[in-house]
Amino acid sequence: MKNKQLLESLSAYSKEVLIPQAGEYDACQAVPQSVVAELAKMGVFGANVDTEYGGQALNAFEIGKVSELLGYASGSLLSLFTVHSMMTFALQRWGSDWQKDRWLTPLAAGNLIGAFAVSEPEVGSDVNGLLTEFTLEDDCIVVNGSKQWISFAQTADVFFVAGKLNGAPATLVVERDTPGLEITPISNMYGFRAGMLGKLTFNHCKVPKAHMLGQNPLILAQIVGSVLDHGRFTIAWGALGLSNACVDASIHYTKTRYQFGEPLYQHQLIQQMLTNMLVATRSSRLMCMDAASARDESDADMIIKTAAAKYCSAENALKTANDAAQIHGANGLSDQFPVERYLRDAKVFGIIEGSVQMLQMMIASQGNQWISH
Amino acid sequence: MSQAIVNTVRQFLEEYIRVEKFENDENIFAKKYVNSLFAMQLILFIEKSFGIKVENEDLDIDNFSSVNAITDFVSSKSTV
Ligand SMILES: Cc1cc2nc3c(=O)[nH]c(=O)nc-3n(C[C@H](O)[C@H](O)[C@H](O)COP(=O)(O)OP(=O)(O)OC[C@H]3O[C@@H](n4cnc5c(N)ncnc54)[C@H](O)[C@@H]3O)c2cc1C
Repeated sequence: MKNKQLLESLSAYSKEVLIPQAGEYDACQAVPQSVVAELAKMGVFGANVDTEYGGQALNAFEIGKVSELLGYASGSLLSLFTVHSMMTFALQRWGSDWQKDRWLTPLAAGNLIGAFAVSEPEVGSDVNGLLTEFTLEDDCIVVNGSKQWISFAQTADVFFVAGKLNGAPATLVVERDTPGLEITPISNMYGFRAGMLGKLTFNHCKVPKAHMLGQNPLILAQIVGSVLDHGRFTIAWGALGLSNACVDASIHYTKTRYQFGEPLYQHQLIQQMLTNMLVATRSSRLMCMDAASARDESDADMIIKTAAAKYCSAENALKTANDAAQIHGANGLSDQFPVERYLRDAKVFGIIEGSVQMLQMMIASQGNQWISH
Repeated sequence: MSQAIVNTVRQFLEEYIRVEKFENDENIFAKKYVNSLFAMQLILFIEKSFGIKVENEDLDIDNFSSVNAITDFVSSKSTV
């Protein structure tokens, strides 16, 4: 019941505020604090957190729906939810009781905002090569290195940071006000322009040992892997939301724009584009639902089904946004219509949480066992 | 060592591992039969099939490196 209320409130808020204002957030390159506060009040930031920590304990379909609603309104809002919930997921799944008390409860309430810091200036897809170094010094871990393209680095309070300790992968939590952590905003991204990206520079940044989330060769596979898998799931549903927004905008436009004496939708080549968009969007939805049901059953194939859903949904979002821009003609490339933003944001889906190529390699190597029948 | 656990684990691994035959004490990671993505799926499988929770401190590759290691790990978790 509580969950239904969250989805209904978010849907209403999205229609009244987020969808109409998303273009402004994009232009100003920021998500207003008032929006963050309102989402917090609804319980969005505790969506995937157990009730024990003040969260909503939504199931996978409901988390998908939250992502879809946000993705429909704005890729940047979706990324806020994604990176924050990756942090809460990491703490809930792998955190100590002390870590949960310190961060998970305030994160679930939206009193703290979390971010996910793995990418580095020299390291993107190949996370085995992380250069950020953790060194043990008495009761502390000293962090040196830098993280690049970190969504909501400009405002986040706590960061999930991956690096290496004695050569082995390790993850820990760094609070924003830790001495030695410098945060530099990154502006003018092509897509997710309101994603408030930043670069983190750790210069002999000391954090207590209790901030460690784990260290050994399985950490990358398990902790970083499971957190990325969570992020992939929300991005898959968010990309579906964006595809839907493209379809809705295009159907509306083709009914109101006349050329050659007829509304655009009467022209068969326009119908072809609409058909492709509708079928692509539906196929994304089915793939997302397939992943959600595997997740709700905690099936071992949820990982590959989620990767496949994200791949399908991201590719379809890009095609759909491209068709939407085509259907809108010059209007589609102007800032008077949202489709140019959809197209820019759709491009990002193919880069984050496993690029198109990374997912292709993953699916080709395992798809046969897990998703071919 | 419970034969039932061995059988369940083998059945899961056989579906995945692309070699004709592998022994219960063979290190599936060292022999590169499986990759790190598989480790995630293996842990989900173990949690669901045996009703246990793999904790942060259990994330030691030695616990999952062979059929025998997985069986020992599952047995130890089931008795605590
Ligand atoms: C808007 C935005 C927000 C982001 N937010 C975050 C965040 O919050 N936290 C974070 O940690 N990171 C974030 N990132 C970074 C993102 O995770 C990386 O961009 C992504 O992992 C890809 O890494 P890269 O850009 O370094 O590309 P590279 O890894 O350098 O790859 C470049 C290209 O080569 C391809 N490629 C790489 N290796 C292979 C191969 N073996 N075979 C075939 N093709 C290959 C890639 O698919 C890609 O197309 C964000 C990025 C963007 C654009």
